[in-house]
Amino acid sequence: MQPDSEQPLLRMRGVGKAFFGVRVLDDVDLDLHSGQVHALVGENGAGKSTLMKIASGVYQPDSGSLELSGRPVALPDPRAAQTAGIGIIHQEFNLLPERTVAENVFLGREPMRRGLVDRRAMQSRTAELLAGIGEATIAPQTRVGRLSVAQQQVVEIVKALALDARVLIMDEPTASLADHEVELLYALVRRLQQRGIGILYVSHRLAEVFDLSGRITVLKDGRRVTTLDTAEATADTLVRHMVGRELSHYFPERAAPGSAGASRLQLSAAGNGRLRPVDLELRSGEVLGVGGLQGSGRSALARAVFGIDGFRTGQLLLDGVPVRVRSPRQAVRAGIAYVTEDRKGEGLALSQSVLDNALLAQRSVRPRWFGRTNRTTTVRELLDAVEVHAAGTEQEIRYLSGGNQQKVILARWLAMKPRVLLFDEPTRGIDVGAKAAIHDLIRQLAADGAAVLMISSELPELIGMSDRIVVMRDGAIAGELPAGSSEEAVMGLATGATTSTEVPA
Amino acid sequence: MSTDLATPTGSAPAVPSGLGGGGRSGWGPGSIRPVLIILVLLLIAVGIRQPDFYDPPVLLAFLKRAAPLIILAAGQYFVIVAGDFDLSVGSLVTAEVVIAARLIDGDPNATWPVIALLLGFGLLIGLVNGVVTTLLQVPSFITTLGMYLVLVGAVYTWTGGSPRGALSEEFRLFGRRGIDGVPVLGQLPYAVLVLAGVAVLAVLAMRSDFGKVLLAVGDNPRAARVTGARTARVRTIAFLASGLAAAVAAILLGGFGGVSFQVGQGLEFTAITAVVLGGVVLGGGRGSVAGAMLGALTLQTLLTLLNLLGVSGALSSAVQGLIILAAVAVGTLRRRT
Repeated sequence: MQPDSEQPLLRMRGVGKAFFGVRVLDDVDLDLHSGQVHALVGENGAGKSTLMKIASGVYQPDSGSLELSGRPVALPDPRAAQTAGIGIIHQEFNLLPERTVAENVFLGREPMRRGLVDRRAMQSRTAELLAGIGEATIAPQTRVGRLSVAQQQVVEIVKALALDARVLIMDEPTASLADHEVELLYALVRRLQQRGIGILYVSHRLAEVFDLSGRITVLKDGRRVTTLDTAEATADTLVRHMVGRELSHYFPERAAPGSAGASRLQLSAAGNGRLRPVDLELRSGEVLGVGGLQGSGRSALARAVFGIDGFRTGQLLLDGVPVRVRSPRQAVRAGIAYVTEDRKGEGLALSQSVLDNALLAQRSVRPRWFGRTNRTTTVRELLDAVEVHAAGTEQEIRYLSGGNQQKVILARWLAMKPRVLLFDEPTRGIDVGAKAAIHDLIRQLAADGAAVLMISSELPELIGMSDRIVVMRDGAIAGELPAGSSEEAVMGLATGATTSTEVPA
Repeated sequence: MSTDLATPTGSAPAVPSGLGGGGRSGWGPGSIRPVLIILVLLLIAVGIRQPDFYDPPVLLAFLKRAAPLIILAAGQYFVIVAGDFDLSVGSLVTAEVVIAARLIDGDPNATWPVIALLLGFGLLIGLVNGVVTTLLQVPSFITTLGMYLVLVGAVYTWTGGSPRGALSEEFRLFGRRGIDGVPVLGQLPYAVLVLAGVAVLAVLAMRSDFGKVLLAVGDNPRAARVTGARTARVRTIAFLASGLAAAVAAILLGGFGGVSFQVGQGLEFTAITAVVLGGVVLGGGRGSVAGAMLGALTLQTLLTLLNLLGVSGALSSAVQGLIILAAVAVGTLRRRT
């Protein structure tokens, strides 16, 4: 524990932020001391990234204040944060692969001598910095593209240190590292700590948090739940702080136990670059929930089944028949539908009309050249059935609300009469009313005999909707839970706090 | 503003003006209304300057002259609306005419086989453009620029520096002659008939499922793919259409003028200007083929008017450049606000 008398390096007080009237951070306090690793944990959407972006000058807080070593600061932009001594290491690196380590470290601030870049000074300064954190094995004149991911991360850190960073924010630093590289990162973090640098460590993975941090702040729904010393915390208490909210939303009734029908989709040892071999069965009439943290392989699973990044190994059976799905087109033809989490980027042709978007799957897969068909009538009826609110079917879909856009995508797939439906975050960014409608539709589809796989980061939704829940972690299924399991049970499996599937429901 | 869709499922409710309409009809990007107004104003101006312009024979002769550009614009439209460019059409037109002259070499019997060959050659070039762009993932701007240079070089090499041979009179018929003795109109040029055929086919294609998928591919290729579209095939078909249009335009242009290396020069930019003028958005997903063809007609009218006003022909490329810049800038401004 840090003595109270010591001035914290970074102090945030009462920080609040709203986007379009939606409060994402509310009255958050955080103190980061010199030589401290302070972990920031919370579910997806708890406000971690927003807080991080405020500390690094990307966003401006609506309320609250920031102090550096006791002095109030304003960070109007990322550059101001850098100058003030706050460095951030993103998950995605900002490096130029074709340039050398030294050139990357001094990008835009190259030391000059007689109007020319002083390469020698640049390289020796970089070598010094590398040696200072015990990474002398990386040569300053190496092209960054030739370095491993872990080494590139070191270059990012050196880049921040070259600007005299005293505060380092690390966003999921192990997300892109291989297992053996994680140990190296740990060692590096400890050396940085010894040099008196304060590290704000953002991570989902509780094991890392316990290994590295001295203090932990838990965020939930944009608020600070608690801050405690790591020594006093257990995985159980952390998970309880991260979830633990009251169920407020009504969900449609689940299928009666044992009512699930024949197997529709079966995966046996199916894997690819992002997924370890997965065994999974999806039955007619059931909603199978898939939980897990971002990057745990949930979306990769749905995208593999749908042929976007298909399986490389193992087998996929549809209604008991082995099927090869190498492209979305083959998946659609086989009777699979996929509702993407990235509605704007991957779901909709935004400049086209509601009707054109709803007809897109049929037109793509079963094109006709001439002759009016009754398809249009059918799709109009479906749009009515899912209760799309729009100024008309000819309206451009960009002007619809998120909920109505999602309903149009649903109508698009309903017209294909799919056997298996894959939903990735079906209600993300959708208002409460439309949410309930989409939940009812998903349940109705299952009741009509389809098999539904639903990925959700929202634990109440995942638990409220699913007949069974599988939880993924690190590209594999970490365990399966029965209907109505607790949020703690799901988060326990997702974060690795519990590793067995024998979790008390 | 938002009414329930649960209204009778017959005809779609009218699109409200303002925000909701956003360009399908109305004033936004992709709309044909601006080009129609410009066209009408220009036609009035031409009529004042040249009072006999509206005599059917004069008007038909004007349409005949405009036909190759309108056909090229229709072809270019398919490529642009899918999000690509075809810069090879100008040199393709030249290549087609030069090939025709050398192969026919004045022999009337060679006319029809050579026409078939020209159409096939246009399709082949389109196929290569499409396959290189989609399968090898070379940006179409680069692919077709390369094809442009390849065709220029190949034609020069093949002919040894100056065009050889001659077109047969039968070949020139499409560009020069027409059906005589039509009441009121006098002569109905074949070029106008060909133009009408191309226009009908283009409009029908865009109303078919293919056309709708093409628009979706240009709008958001990822979404189209994830919905089951074969995006590579669809984009390649667009290049085929552009190559075929260039072949047809070349056959008409061969009839109009002589055989030279200049016959197709700069036509790729004229066609792109026409398409943009017709309200089609560069980058894909918005705009109609009717708009693109009206854009070509408008551009031809503008060039005619400049000619009537005694403005030097040398200025016409500057005018085209200004049109492209203005159209794209206006489109961007509209979208931002």
